Amino acid sequence: MNESQITVIKPQKGWQLIDVKEIIRYKDLLYFLVLRGIKAKYAQSVLGVSWAVIQPLFTTLVFTVIFGNLAQVSSDGIPYVIFSFTAMVPWNYFSGTLTESSNSLVANANMITKVYFPRVVLPLAAVFTKLLDFCIGFITLAGFMIYFRFVPSIDALFIPLLLLILLLTSMGIGMILSAMAVQYRDVKHAMTFMTSLLMYAAPVVYPASLIPEKYQFWYALNPMVGVIEGFRSALLSTNPMPWNFILSGFIVAVIVFVFGAFYFRKMEKIFADVA
Amino acid sequence: MKTIDKDTVISVKNLNKRYRIGLEETKQETFAMQIWHMLTAPFRNFKNLKSLSNFTGTEDESIFWALRDINFEVKKGEVLGIIGHNGAGKSTLLKILSRITEPTEGEIQIKGRVSSLLEVGTGFHPDLTGRENVYMNGTILGMSKKEIDSKFKEIHEFSGIGKYIDTPVKRYSSGMKVRLAFSVAAHLDPEILIIDEVLAVGDAEFQKKCLGKMEDVAGKGRTVLFVSHNMAAVQNLCTRALLLNKGLLVENGETHLIIDNYLNSFKQNAIANINSNKKTSKVFIKDISLNSREKFNNVKSGDDVDLIINIAKGDNYSEKDELSIAIHFYDSQGKRLFVCSPSFYNKSLGCLSNVDIIKCKIENFPLAEGNYSINIWYSVNNEPYPEIDNALSFSVYPGDFYKSGRLPKKDKGSLFLVKQNWTI
Repeated sequence: MNESQITVIKPQKGWQLIDVKEIIRYKDLLYFLVLRGIKAKYAQSVLGVSWAVIQPLFTTLVFTVIFGNLAQVSSDGIPYVIFSFTAMVPWNYFSGTLTESSNSLVANANMITKVYFPRVVLPLAAVFTKLLDFCIGFITLAGFMIYFRFVPSIDALFIPLLLLILLLTSMGIGMILSAMAVQYRDVKHAMTFMTSLLMYAAPVVYPASLIPEKYQFWYALNPMVGVIEGFRSALLSTNPMPWNFILSGFIVAVIVFVFGAFYFRKMEKIFADVA
Repeated sequence: MKTIDKDTVISVKNLNKRYRIGLEETKQETFAMQIWHMLTAPFRNFKNLKSLSNFTGTEDESIFWALRDINFEVKKGEVLGIIGHNGAGKSTLLKILSRITEPTEGEIQIKGRVSSLLEVGTGFHPDLTGRENVYMNGTILGMSKKEIDSKFKEIHEFSGIGKYIDTPVKRYSSGMKVRLAFSVAAHLDPEILIIDEVLAVGDAEFQKKCLGKMEDVAGKGRTVLFVSHNMAAVQNLCTRALLLNKGLLVENGETHLIIDNYLNSFKQNAIANINSNKKTSKVFIKDISLNSREKFNNVKSGDDVDLIINIAKGDNYSEKDELSIAIHFYDSQGKRLFVCSPSFYNKSLGCLSNVDIIKCKIENFPLAEGNYSINIWYSVNNEPYPEIDNALSFSVYPGDFYKSGRLPKKDKGSLFLVKQNWTI
């Protein structure tokens, strides 16, 4: 046996960086957790993965009837269905990861109290699991675009940047909420209705142009504003790319992610004791 | 960093672990106070939840020390048993060693790759197939996908699951699930293995298989830390043992000495339990012991042994009450071996005086070397009382049963010795 490394176990004080090497060592676990999440979610159902299409589609149809037809909400001059569906794909992903990842540690409490592994893989797995739904939603969106004859603009090249903002925000908030939920189950109760309320803080059923100029700065602090409006500009060419929204969204996303990583690491050591 | 001794693989220094326990809530006297109490509940809840992770402030009665000043070292290749009553801190110690929870104070240095098995089948999902769960569980335990790929065939064979490997685990019997889970665990290849009571699962045959596998691991020069209430397993596997009691390391030494001390402490507990119900009973058992010659609770196979029960009448006892008693002998795996009762000889216990001693002589004590326990069943007027589990635990040591100096081989696991008369 070669000279093995020495692990030191002692109380950790203060704020620590997340141990990236450790996460890489457990990448296979992350992979199987994602796989488990996907398989378990659609196990023993007739329609299976189709639910990832049906659910946002029906929500969009209802929104189209209520907000588009009855309330006559502006949709920047394009059909309301595709206007709101374009927002629905990233928004559904975001709200889905919030619910899933905030619950990820509590739901796997038995694992946390029995085995050591970097706990952060649990909220991360939740965020990655939802990517399947996101891709399916995106393909459906492509179908819509073909039907309504929309051609993505050159700005579509910036979609990876928008995805990065989306992922950073999801992971950051996921880490914060999941760590809080271990100690305070209130998070779970709050999340059930907060996600549906939060939707109105993002331009899902209305365009961001409806927000008065003087509130735009505060509004743009929500990273989802930049993501959703960016999607619309890139794919539907409604407006020029909203770089001010995207920039502020990116900054907030990075801050949320970094804070989330530190906060998670700080709380991590008490998970097994209070879960 | 201080380096540890060359042969030492685990070094634990001044280890302390503190938890917070719940305190009784104060009762409200009036309706108005009750309403106020409900309204202010969120503030109290927040304080309580926050205090779970916050230990600043002075020590109060809700703080509980699960481990206090633990120091020990483990050398490479040692198989260390950790024993103690429930709540002694065994599991907490294992949890800290396997990095599930953090110590409050102290430092541990571990050399080498650690695998801990505090449970089998962690992460199993009922909707996934056996195959998928093997990968899931394996990666949770720290194996890589490649490692599992290469061991999958062995794991599959060891489990005996056969063609059901691609069936969702929720359709498995509980036995199959455990077998599959243990197979994964058994194919871990760590330098240090930490095990908590996982052998208490499955049927007897499977348990034997597991113990065999454990012996293999121990035999390969791996370091093993093993928590168990199965004294026979500890005795067989461990080269050294630790005895914990109420968070303190009481003793650290040779396995059989530690086990003896542990079993003796058990007896004292059992007597306390027996005495706790004397108010309501018509009769109660004060004490039980199993003696050979001068030795107390220490028998050799083939000895003439006295089973002595100290029985007394309670407050509600009347002269007409009819008492029956039976003493069950169990092996260390909890299997009932035989029963002693005066009723087999049509003997009635009759009328008890204030304190009575019942004695049963067992000639040529027939149990082979090992650890056993006694369970007392008794009834008054055919109305049984709750059985007294573990009223006595005792070890049997090798004795000259056949008066020839010969005994069956210990590792073949025969429990009984029988007098034989051969004509050849």
